[in-house]
Amino acid sequence: MIHIDRRLIKNFDWITLSVVMVIALIGIMTIFSATRPLIEGEHPQFYIRQALWLMLGVIALFLMVSFDYIWLGRFSLYLYIAGIILLIAVFIFSKAGMGAQRWLSLGHISFQPSEFFKLIYIIMLSQHLSIMEGPISTISLFRVFFLIVFLPFILLLKQPDLGTALIILTIFVTLMLAKGLHKKIAILFVIIGLISLPFLGNILWEGLRDYQKSRLIVFLEPGVDPTGIGYHISQSKITVGSGKFLGKGYLKGTQGPLRFLPEKHTDFIFAVFAEEWGFLGSLLLLFLYLVLIRRGLDTAKNARDDFGRFLALGITFMFSTYFFVNVGMTLGIMPVVGIPLPFMSYGGTALLSNLLAIGVLINIKTRRFELFH
Amino acid sequence: MKSESKKILIISYIVIAAFLLLTMRLWQLQVLQGSKYRKLSEANRFRIMTIPAPRGILFDRNGIPLVKNSPYYCASIIYGEFDKGKVDLLSKVLNMPVEEILEKTNKKGLSPFVPIRLKQGLSFSEVAYIESRRSDFLGLIIEVEVSREYIYGNIGSHLIGYLGKPNLSQSKDPAFGDVPPDAFIGQWGAEMLFDKSLRGTPGERVIEVDSLGREIRMLREKPPTKGKDIKLSLDINLQKEAEGAFGEKVGALVAIKPGTGEILGMISKPSFDPNLFTKGISYDEWIALTRDKKNPMLNRALQSQYPPGSVFKIIIAIAGLEEGVITPETKINCEGGINYGRWHFGCWRKHGVVSLHRALVESCDVYFYEVGRRLGIDKIYNYAISLGLGKETGIELSKERKGLIPNTKWKQKNKKSPWFLGETFNTAIGQGYVASTPIQMAIMAGAIANGGHIYRPTLIKDAGPVLLGKAKARPETLEIVKRALSGVVNEPGGTGWAAKSQLTIIGGKTGTAQVIAMRDGSKYLPERFRDHAWFIAFAPVEKPEIALAVFVEHGGHGGGAAAPIAKKAIEGYLKIRNSK
Repeated sequence: MIHIDRRLIKNFDWITLSVVMVIALIGIMTIFSATRPLIEGEHPQFYIRQALWLMLGVIALFLMVSFDYIWLGRFSLYLYIAGIILLIAVFIFSKAGMGAQRWLSLGHISFQPSEFFKLIYIIMLSQHLSIMEGPISTISLFRVFFLIVFLPFILLLKQPDLGTALIILTIFVTLMLAKGLHKKIAILFVIIGLISLPFLGNILWEGLRDYQKSRLIVFLEPGVDPTGIGYHISQSKITVGSGKFLGKGYLKGTQGPLRFLPEKHTDFIFAVFAEEWGFLGSLLLLFLYLVLIRRGLDTAKNARDDFGRFLALGITFMFSTYFFVNVGMTLGIMPVVGIPLPFMSYGGTALLSNLLAIGVLINIKTRRFELFH
Repeated sequence: MKSESKKILIISYIVIAAFLLLTMRLWQLQVLQGSKYRKLSEANRFRIMTIPAPRGILFDRNGIPLVKNSPYYCASIIYGEFDKGKVDLLSKVLNMPVEEILEKTNKKGLSPFVPIRLKQGLSFSEVAYIESRRSDFLGLIIEVEVSREYIYGNIGSHLIGYLGKPNLSQSKDPAFGDVPPDAFIGQWGAEMLFDKSLRGTPGERVIEVDSLGREIRMLREKPPTKGKDIKLSLDINLQKEAEGAFGEKVGALVAIKPGTGEILGMISKPSFDPNLFTKGISYDEWIALTRDKKNPMLNRALQSQYPPGSVFKIIIAIAGLEEGVITPETKINCEGGINYGRWHFGCWRKHGVVSLHRALVESCDVYFYEVGRRLGIDKIYNYAISLGLGKETGIELSKERKGLIPNTKWKQKNKKSPWFLGETFNTAIGQGYVASTPIQMAIMAGAIANGGHIYRPTLIKDAGPVLLGKAKARPETLEIVKRALSGVVNEPGGTGWAAKSQLTIIGGKTGTAQVIAMRDGSKYLPERFRDHAWFIAFAPVEKPEIALAVFVEHGGHGGGAAAPIAKKAIEGYLKIRNSK
């Protein structure tokens, strides 16, 4: 199964790997700055843990590249079943954090199964789409939805992990569009969507937790509650804006360490970076993500088969969605949804699973000229 | 495959558009509105604290401090660190009700890490007790504040003044712009007059705080500048002696240095304790002070005006000598009164034939009726005005009253009737319309003592004399008057015998103001029909170093009530002077 030859090394996607590594190192630097103590005291270990996870993630990435991704498709059903079992296990053995059950504990390490599940889900969906012929019919659409999407969506909503649940749905819709729908179905889809929107909206609204509701209200009307949830948005804008053109300088940011900015080393890490590096630095960071997404789309375009193309698209959509929603939230143009910035936000499981996903992308890119095994 | 490429191309465009959107938003936040957000981030983390400046000390003329800046202690709580379950226990330790603690700590918008003041003005034993229990209460701290302490309490309070919170118009006045909102400012007397110099400049401490208000570190500090110390012209020893002599009597005293106009002492009785004000006077205490019928908040030295009685005979004597209607040898026979038309103008005793000297020494009314008649009211008016009466003396303190010296014009204008000779008789012995304030009388005494110079009175030592005018009197005239006033105290039969001192030779003149209505009529109607007592004096007669006026409300005869006070004041002053 392990197959290393000259061609593999020659075709290896070094650009994607370098860009991801640079972003991850910027992330560790920013976590270091955001969590630095201002009154004397020990520096919290977040940046060290993130660095360890990064090393682990790079090893995992190379392992992921080492075998042909076709095996992922072949094992997709088993992976999927394992993933669902883990999601259910969360309900049984979880420890609650931030009012949500997302974590599984394995001895000293706890991890979030939902992070890995996203990748498994994309593999499963891509495998399924790749064996379907032509544009999708109504029946196959519903089949895919109820077989693959519905159960994890409900499980994630129940955790509740609204961010991941919406990502799952987004990937489903975008991959369906990428596969191509019959025009009739597409129109029908839109009509059904429009009719059921208020109804669905109501169900969704009722299903939201109070903090999720208030985040939405505050996003629509930020003046309502400047010290409560609106505080997140306004402090995030202050953090970003106060960086001005050139930034306050590395380790000179104040909003994070003084705790004016909540979730400074996780969801709002982009704001901490923007405060210290200014517009110029932020633009550079945006550019790195743009390169990453472009490489992902390129990988999809040049993939050797449909499975590889859907897989690459799915992963790229996932990263894009995370990126745009997170940065949009930080800049106050999206509601506060608690999702991290890929490769930068503190979080071991997320970093590991994201690097695995990058491994899949590089795998597809590297093997674009190979024949089937 | 072509359609797949096209789809990916469309996706690429969407991605690039989204990036452009984020870039524009970044440009808006960081470049267009960057300065605004930078300020907001600084407002987040800076806490600016003012450091009050130590207030300048007021000294008496001999360098004795009159006030102290003394620490007082407050119990405060940093509520964010406090265990709320212990509030009952805390209430016992602080000896204050739980509800009061809760009310003070439950205000909205308070940072949990800014100390909230629970109890102010703790005594030393309270501090010691709280300090011993402090380890039980996390977040409980003892804060030290500085308050003004008036060392001599009631003594000299009208002159020294007191501090208080700025009132509404003061807090809007730009002149008080640098006064921190919680600070006290001078609201009375010298404290108010010299507030700007005494105040100093508050310092500033910029502290970096985190989102909970916890102090992280000090960023910069500008130390306060202490206010300027001021040496008042007041002699606290004189003030103490004189106030002691006043006892429970109601009245006023003003003592000046004849050569400069410096105020050596100023009494207004009853007075108040300025220490009441420094920690914030309670409503009840304030009401008690302002509703007191004896009106302790009135500065009688400047604000009460009464007929000067026989003291006014000095003016008549000077005018008579200057105008040549009498000489020192002119003799007039006193048969205990004169008749004028239907009226009888009495003398308090049958003096027989008297010259000017005896007439002043024994305060013979008949003699001065005659001199007054020869002068006429308008000439009297001119001399009185030239000796500083009938107008403000110009002391730095506000609300001074003018007194009144009548003449024919004034009578016509205000009473719509011509002047009658009988009124001249009244005026000649200082009764009727004529009225003056204690400070005016002191200035007049000073002018007689110093050769006729009218100086503007001042509260500052060595301020440099400001000559306002000169009495219409030749030195010889003043010399004659001075000798007569020495006789008042020191010669047998003198009305001011009670002021006679073993220490020095005092000259003076008694006066008794008949209790009559004037000016606003009923406003000055007396409670009792007992006369007011006046005494003006200077000493030593040969080379006067102090001149003063004493006024005792309802004191009866000037010689009995006022003269002993004058003597005590003079002796108190000269004792210190001679001991140096």
